[in-house]
Amino acid sequence: MSDDFKPRILGFLCNWCCYAAADAAGISRYQYPPNLRTIRVMCTGRVDPAFILRGFVEGADGIFTGG
Amino acid sequence: MLTNADFLALAGKQGDFTARIRLRPRYIDTDSCTACGLCTQYCPRHHVDPYNEGLALTRPIHIDYAQAVPATYYIDPESCLYLQHDTCQICVPVCQSHAINFNQQPEELDLKVGAVILTPGFGRISGKTLAKFGYEAHPDVVTSIEFERMTSASGPFQGEVKCFSDGRHPHRLAFIQCVGSRDLGCDNGYCSSVCCMYAIKEALVVKEHDPDVEITIYYMDIRTQGKDFDKARERAEAMGIKFVRAKVAGVTPWKNRLQLTYSTLDGRHEFEPVDMVVLSVGLESPRDAAGIADITGIELNRYDFAKSDTLSPLTTRRAGVIVAGAFQGPKDIPESVTQASAAAGIAAGLLKKQRGQGIVHKSYPREKDIGDEVRIGVFTCHCGINISSVVDVHAVDDSVEDMEGVVYHTDSLYSCSQDAIETLKQTIIEHNLNRVVIAACSPRTHEPLFQETLKDAGLNPCLVEMVNIRNQCSWVHAAEPEAATDKSKDLVRMAVAKVRGMQPLPEQTVPVMPKALIVGGGIAGMTAALTLAGQGFDSVILEQGATLGGHLGLLNHTLSGSETAKYLKHLVAQVKKDGKIEVLTSARLVQIAGFIGNFASVVATGTGEAAKEHTVDHGVIILATGGHEHRPDGYLLDKSNKVVTQLELEKRLAGKARNRAPGSVVMIQCAGSRGDDLNYCSKVCCNHAVKNALQIKEINPDAQVIVLYRDMRTYGFAEDAYREARLKGVVFIPYDLDHKPEVYEKGRSLHVKFFDSILREETDLTPDLVALSVGIVPDGTDGLSKLLKAPLTDDRFFLEAHVKLRPVELPVDGMYVCGLAHTPKPVDETIAQAQAAAAKAAIPLVKGSVSVDPIVSHVDQDTCIGCGLCASLCPFAAIEMVKVGKKRKAHTIAASCKACGICSSHCPTFAISMGGFTNEQITAQIEAFGEVSEKETTEVS
Repeated sequence: MSDDFKPRILGFLCNWCCYAAADAAGISRYQYPPNLRTIRVMCTGRVDPAFILRGFVEGADGIFTGG
Repeated sequence: MLTNADFLALAGKQGDFTARIRLRPRYIDTDSCTACGLCTQYCPRHHVDPYNEGLALTRPIHIDYAQAVPATYYIDPESCLYLQHDTCQICVPVCQSHAINFNQQPEELDLKVGAVILTPGFGRISGKTLAKFGYEAHPDVVTSIEFERMTSASGPFQGEVKCFSDGRHPHRLAFIQCVGSRDLGCDNGYCSSVCCMYAIKEALVVKEHDPDVEITIYYMDIRTQGKDFDKARERAEAMGIKFVRAKVAGVTPWKNRLQLTYSTLDGRHEFEPVDMVVLSVGLESPRDAAGIADITGIELNRYDFAKSDTLSPLTTRRAGVIVAGAFQGPKDIPESVTQASAAAGIAAGLLKKQRGQGIVHKSYPREKDIGDEVRIGVFTCHCGINISSVVDVHAVDDSVEDMEGVVYHTDSLYSCSQDAIETLKQTIIEHNLNRVVIAACSPRTHEPLFQETLKDAGLNPCLVEMVNIRNQCSWVHAAEPEAATDKSKDLVRMAVAKVRGMQPLPEQTVPVMPKALIVGGGIAGMTAALTLAGQGFDSVILEQGATLGGHLGLLNHTLSGSETAKYLKHLVAQVKKDGKIEVLTSARLVQIAGFIGNFASVVATGTGEAAKEHTVDHGVIILATGGHEHRPDGYLLDKSNKVVTQLELEKRLAGKARNRAPGSVVMIQCAGSRGDDLNYCSKVCCNHAVKNALQIKEINPDAQVIVLYRDMRTYGFAEDAYREARLKGVVFIPYDLDHKPEVYEKGRSLHVKFFDSILREETDLTPDLVALSVGIVPDGTDGLSKLLKAPLTDDRFFLEAHVKLRPVELPVDGMYVCGLAHTPKPVDETIAQAQAAAAKAAIPLVKGSVSVDPIVSHVDQDTCIGCGLCASLCPFAAIEMVKVGKKRKAHTIAASCKACGICSSHCPTFAISMGGFTNEQITAQIEAFGEVSEKETTEVS
């Protein structure tokens, strides 16, 4: 894979854990690549498989669910 | 909340105390500080970071850790250049919100309070004790607290464990248990109760990071007596962590490593080279325990912890002064949280006359109709320079210009400042906005503030969406401003797409029936009922047996000498005469319907012709169903009259017979427990054995008492009794699972055959009596679990909502658990837990209503096919199947719904929608995510 591949990743973040952890990562100034676009949900149980497929249709190179 | 404060004096009496408090200056105005952290970045002076045990450096102006409450920085005067040398002050101009205030002075204030709760925590084991194990002398000897920070992903080394001597990764690691505990050498005769478990946890964390590390835990007894704790030990053993029963004599440098010298049970001396030694330090009494006792007039025990009685574990000598947490005795998180709730409940009872006074109800303008036209306002925040130093805020603001529905957009320095909030409110009104996007920080901290602003502006609070371009963008992509700006634009576009579909959601409240149903009339149930009555609430106790009392009646006294029978009689009398408590005996729960605030239960009482059914309406339910003694096979129990349980022995010892104390007795611990019939430790049996052994020695000092055990778990102050028993000649011999004691009869004599691990030989004794320490099994939890839809653990105890942080609540709202139904526990812990369950149950009763989050699920009954998939998947029992006409339909019980959306994502006909997170809204966000890829693709081609 070439170095200039910049994947666009769509993330579904659980409000209670992963979203909170992403907030805490900010407070601690942990640096990570800026390729992720996130959608906050109240629980990853909310993530319908259709959302994931839709994400790929819309051009996501990867889908991340954090919960 | 008063932080940075000292407690100076306490005058007055229960209900009318005056507490004198000194507030130390933090030199930062709490109201203005936005916790951006800029000051720390600019502060030129180093400061040893006490939160990280001195393993890292911070600055005099700092916050202890990311989640600290209040989220306000402070200046440590010890190392601040201005406060020490009258120079510097760089932080003053750096702070964009002008929060630095060097004029702050110490301030004393008098607080009028009705009750005082003491929770000062625990202190440190002295350096002298640590020095015995080479601490300070060798850099690779660390305390478990330092090690905890080292292994923490958010700690100073991001979780990487390295030797301080030369930076290598340790290959062999040793934990030494009982440092500063169970050691009269440092006058800490007690067991600290938590160290075995945390050592196992730390060992597991290291092993998960690096499976090749060899870890050995050197211990006297592994005290994993808590709920499911033994399973952690089993997991540790399965992962290759070694447990060696030994006493470590010393730690000495050896080449570039360390050498451990230890002696094993059979008297051998061994040496072991290791790279790093972790000292499992105990919990000392708080440093200022004597001062607290002086101020409050409470009594301390011989180890300087707060003294309290087994039967009123949280009250002190001074009325109105309550104690909780490690100051009451060393304990872990769940126990501390339980005691904290219980203490709050006791205090609420003392203060019930003042309840609700001083509450001011805020009024809002009438919510206006938002009409059909979408009018979105987008507000992008600079957060001082927190966002704008990385993200081009103006570019983000400009990017929304042509978006569908956006009628207004602007940027502001601090969106959350008082004046910006007022401006936001005016802008909403002036531009007739009906959807708002705030691109700033986290909705987890600031959404309530903006929702409040919308309400003030006459909008439904659900019409705002926050975009987190600070915590999740500028702060984490500091070196990539362009990419961060692109990300912010994308996130804002996605949020705009989401708000277009937003609709006002009603704020609902459900009234609460102010009454509790308590299942079980033992000590737990009665304590819970009395605690609720103390707060002014009615309850119905449902007792399966013919009388109140439960199993406490089978005991004679507690290990600390409190007389249980007398206490029980007193308690039953109190319950009976309390007008707020109704008692139904010979009763069982046959049906329960409803949800928090509105349960309707059917209770059956009596049998045959006297059989009756009662309907009880109640707002909450407390499960205190208790447990009973397990009677294991294989030890001739119920087959030989010379084999009894500890309970039976206790009864016999309490009798009047001359020969009630046997001349010789062998006690067998864990009979039927810990992997035998029962897979868990019952927590109370070791104390019970020691109590009976002492009683035998009291009656007949010449009696021979031998206790065969696996780990003596006389945790906390019970260690004193264990030591006393040994001093009085009770012999304790450990056995392992390969050499389990065998009880058999030969002719008329009873034999116990066991392997004496001290003498290393098979031994056969013919005692007068064998006493079995059997475990405790819960009563009737299987049936209740199905009735209540409340889950059980593998061992058939009720599973709490959160093992550590919500130890008395069940996952289903409005249901609470205490006593043996939760897990086996001694009397004092049962009482505290019952008080805690009552305190938690009182919360909805006090409020009088349950507020329903507007984002709960909603079933469209036209689309619903009644398959029931959602009802079976809902973890909170928040969906019921109801009959609508002739058809079965799903219906959300809004008061129980947690808005997780599992129902919605599984519904085969898309009949369930989540408020604020509808399929359409999420799909719109995904589509908006895709818009940029299309754009980029076009550009490339």
